Amino acid sequence: MASTASPLVAHDDHAHADHHDHSLSFIQRWLFSTNHKDIGTLYLIFAIFAGIVGGALSGFMRWELANPGMQVLPWFTDGNIDAAYHLWNVFITGHGVIMVFFMVMPALIGGFGNWFVPIMIGAPDMAFPRMNNISFWLTVTAFCLLGASMFVPGPAGFNGAGTGWTVYPPLSTSGHPGPAVDLAIFSLHLAGAASILGAINFITTIFNMRAPGMTLHKMPLFVWSVLVTAFLLLLSLPVLAGAITMLLTDRNFGTTFFDAAGGGDPVLYQHLFWFFGHPEVYIMILPAFGIVSQVISTFARKPVFGYLGMAYAMVAIGFVGFIVWAHHMFTVGLSVNTKMYFTAATMIIAVPTGIKIFSWIATMWGGKMTFETPMLWALGFIFMFTVGGVTGIVLSNGGVDTYMHDTYYVVAHFHYVLSLGAVFGLFAGFYYWFGKMSGKLYNEFLGKLHFWVFFIGVNVLFFPMHFLGANGMPRRIPDYPEAFAYWNQIASWGYAIMLAGMAVFFVNVFLSLFGGRKAAANPWGEGATTLEWTLSSPPPFHQFETLPDLTKVQQAH
Amino acid sequence: MSATLTHSQSARIRTGILAALIALGMVGLAYASVPLYRIFCQVTGFGGTTQAGSITGLATPEQLQALGGRSIKVRFDGNVRGLPWDFAPVDNRVQIKIGEQAMAYYSAASSASSATTGTATFNVSPAAAGKYFVKIQCFCFNEQTLQPGQKVEMPIVYYVDPAILDDPDARNIDEITLSYTFFPVEAPTRAPGIYATGKADIPAR
Repeated sequence: MASTASPLVAHDDHAHADHHDHSLSFIQRWLFSTNHKDIGTLYLIFAIFAGIVGGALSGFMRWELANPGMQVLPWFTDGNIDAAYHLWNVFITGHGVIMVFFMVMPALIGGFGNWFVPIMIGAPDMAFPRMNNISFWLTVTAFCLLGASMFVPGPAGFNGAGTGWTVYPPLSTSGHPGPAVDLAIFSLHLAGAASILGAINFITTIFNMRAPGMTLHKMPLFVWSVLVTAFLLLLSLPVLAGAITMLLTDRNFGTTFFDAAGGGDPVLYQHLFWFFGHPEVYIMILPAFGIVSQVISTFARKPVFGYLGMAYAMVAIGFVGFIVWAHHMFTVGLSVNTKMYFTAATMIIAVPTGIKIFSWIATMWGGKMTFETPMLWALGFIFMFTVGGVTGIVLSNGGVDTYMHDTYYVVAHFHYVLSLGAVFGLFAGFYYWFGKMSGKLYNEFLGKLHFWVFFIGVNVLFFPMHFLGANGMPRRIPDYPEAFAYWNQIASWGYAIMLAGMAVFFVNVFLSLFGGRKAAANPWGEGATTLEWTLSSPPPFHQFETLPDLTKVQQAH
Repeated sequence: MSATLTHSQSARIRTGILAALIALGMVGLAYASVPLYRIFCQVTGFGGTTQAGSITGLATPEQLQALGGRSIKVRFDGNVRGLPWDFAPVDNRVQIKIGEQAMAYYSAASSASSATTGTATFNVSPAAAGKYFVKIQCFCFNEQTLQPGQKVEMPIVYYVDPAILDDPDARNIDEITLSYTFFPVEAPTRAPGIYATGKADIPAR
């Protein structure tokens, strides 16, 4: 880097200008915040809140599915069954969009990314702190718009957008004449704009603000994962923005991009959506990969095995992620050769993913392992993500998918990689960095209890869905034939177990925040080698007033 | 913050603007995909897009001889959405020789109280046959206007390209279904009438 010396100067200017930040009023600090750690905290609080809303929606869904027939949702609709059916569609849409855009992404990228990317590369803050603030509040606004869409007319006679998170036309155009879908589209626009701004911020920070000696090939893997994720966001989200803008003009201004009556094609929307949608699933999992790498290395007390391979495996996953999108649409009438290509390309993703899984195992091999709570979550992540990866290989077959498409097998698959993969990564990061962020130690017993109850709960919840799907139960239905009752009931009990695990989590967070012991700068010992552990817990409002010099350090990750 | 930018600040702004331009470029690509997708479908026959061709592509008598009179069944299907028309093929199915020019009629009758204009979308199934189903003349190339109570027969002149026999995906197809759906046109672009036109008259769409 030609400008290694200059960040020092810029940083010093900045530090002097902001020296009285410590006396900021509450509103100045939390509403107008430009500090990456404060914004990260805001993102985490927001993600937890959104997770409660999205999780509550899925709770009603599992409750309704516990038994055949319509028992629960009609309570909300004065017994009107048709309205309850539509409410179901609104719930699955809300659950999907909230968990993707307002829980996993804000937590992993906005929360942990903002908190630890600048610290891990030895930078004083993000490159564009005020843009960072805009990103956060745009996300909050987007969430409000989505919430509002549930209470305005969607299809004739009912409220809310029941389109699924994919918003396929013609259901989302002629099927929903009311303004609910418009609000949902605006919500996606704002959430997308927020993420694009955030991605620009991360890319600029990582390329321009690394401390002297922190070369790209010395960056911790979590920073690498956020860098790759930022590029995926930058390349895929604008395509979604374009697609839903076309949807908006199709709905309101008489264009016919996706309307056969005017020469358009609804399948084009699916291509555009999944050109965004497939990279999006890697956007959700790559930062979790990064967190798991840090945690495993810390608790195995060894550097990550095959560091370069791990970093470039993520680059490869990101690249291949852009050329496999049509495996989400095997049943739209693709030709045999097209399906063959997308089947093969999809299976190839197993290669870089396998590199990561085996490198994590090799990292643990021969290490002095201990099993604190973050390590349990990281190990749980590897197990769950591998199960989800195996079912993914099954589904990647164009022929098999003709049978599996839109069944519960698909639901089981993507909940194993996302709800269990990404969320286990989230909890690993949360416990790993809780002391660093809050300055208080979490309760180790409650953390482990949370892990085991949650682990059992989600497996009881999602594993039976494989059986339901293999038996042909369609997804997105609120009611089902008697034949599917057995495993559905067990899955719903799994939800209850998981809920108990989450209760332990919240108890732990409150107990630790208000009564926890003070955390040391580095509670994890010799294995924790990244820069955040060189700072106090919590770190000072402005860290690295003199930049760390890493030019002599052999290995920083 | 001082008015002049330090070296590192301008480097950040440069990276930031570059990244923003990439994002803008991707929005552009999303919109460019609309015409690109259309061209892709027309060139490859993807998703059963039929080919609009001219008489020059027809097989010569020698080629026909070489095919040994291989024939294929063509079925016709007609739908209307949003127009008070009765629209159906005159013959539901015909057996034609591959490579030979054939003609088919659809009948359309309007029960509207005023002149109504429609335009037909078309596709063939199985999708793999789309590339080889060539229309020389078709009412679907144009808007059609029916007066109140008017009943007309609309022609299509077409052939099945013998190259279908060389395509491993399409060689075993023995039945092709050609389907039309008429949609209303709110703002007609031509004088009212019935048009059956060749490739030269196809509006750019």
